[in-house]
Amino acid sequence: MQFFGGSEISPSPPTPTTTTGNNAHMIYIFNRNGVCLLYREWNRPLHTLNPQQDHKLMFGLLFSLKSLASKMDPTSADKGNLGVPQLPGQGCSFHSFRTNTYKLSFMETPSGIKFILVTNPRTSDLRETLKYIYNLYVEYVAKNPLYTPGTPMR
Amino acid sequence: MDTNDSLRVASLWHSMHAISQQLSPTTGCSEIELLEADTFDLHIFQSLTGTKLFVVCEPGTQHMEALLKVIYELYTDYVLNNPFYETKIPIRCELFDINLTQAIQKDRVALLGR
Repeated sequence: MQFFGGSEISPSPPTPTTTTGNNAHMIYIFNRNGVCLLYREWNRPLHTLNPQQDHKLMFGLLFSLKSLASKMDPTSADKGNLGVPQLPGQGCSFHSFRTNTYKLSFMETPSGIKFILVTNPRTSDLRETLKYIYNLYVEYVAKNPLYTPGTPMR
Repeated sequence: MDTNDSLRVASLWHSMHAISQQLSPTTGCSEIELLEADTFDLHIFQSLTGTKLFVVCEPGTQHMEALLKVIYELYTDYVLNNPFYETKIPIRCELFDINLTQAIQKDRVALLGR
C-alpha cells in the first residue's frame, strides 16, 4: 500500500500476515456526515455503480450494520430501536464482516471518522492496521494547516 | 428481543445482504457469512432455498459452520416434514425445540471438553 513508505514519526506498521502480492482491494475513509474523505482502490475487477452511489451505499450499509450489531448484542441491557443513531463508542460495534469473496474491516474513531478496508477473505484481524492508518491520518492530515475538515483529502 | 424487533432485524438484514453483494470488488459474491463485533460473533448460513439461519455466539468460536448445518438438518427433519406446518409462520414445533437444545448442549460440551 502506498502509505507504508518509511516515515520516522509514525509508529512501525504491523507485520503483514500473508504477503502474496497485494492483499487489499479498496479503502474508504468517511467522516461523521458521510462525506467520503478518501477512496483508493488497488484491485477491483468489478464496478457495479458510479463512485457517488458506491460511497453512499457503503456509508448506509455501515450505519445499518452498526445499529444492527448494537441491537443484537447479547451482553448489554435493552437499548433503543433500530435506526436510532448511536454515538461512536456507545454500545457494541462490529469490526468486520466476511463474505466468500471479500472481507470488510471497519473502525470508527471517537470523532466519528470511519475507516473501511476491503481485502481478500483470508485476512486475519485488521484492527491494528486500521489503528495505524488512523495514526497516519492524524499525523499528516489532521495536523495539516492547509486541510479543511470535511473535504476530500488530496 | 420481541417479534417486532425480529421482523425489523430480518428486513434490515435482507437489504444489507443485497447491498453487500453490490459492493463486492469481484464477481461471484454470494452472502455475508460472518459478522464480528466486540462482544459477539454472528454466523449466517443460507440454504439453497434462501432460508437463512443466524447464530450469535462468543467471539472466536470455532466450528460454527458445522453446527449451522446440523441445525439446518434438524429444521428440514422436524419443521418441513411436519404436515401441519405452514410456511411463513413462526415455528412452534416441540420436537424441533428439544432436538435443537440437545444439539447445542452437545456442541457446548464438546467445546468445553477440548
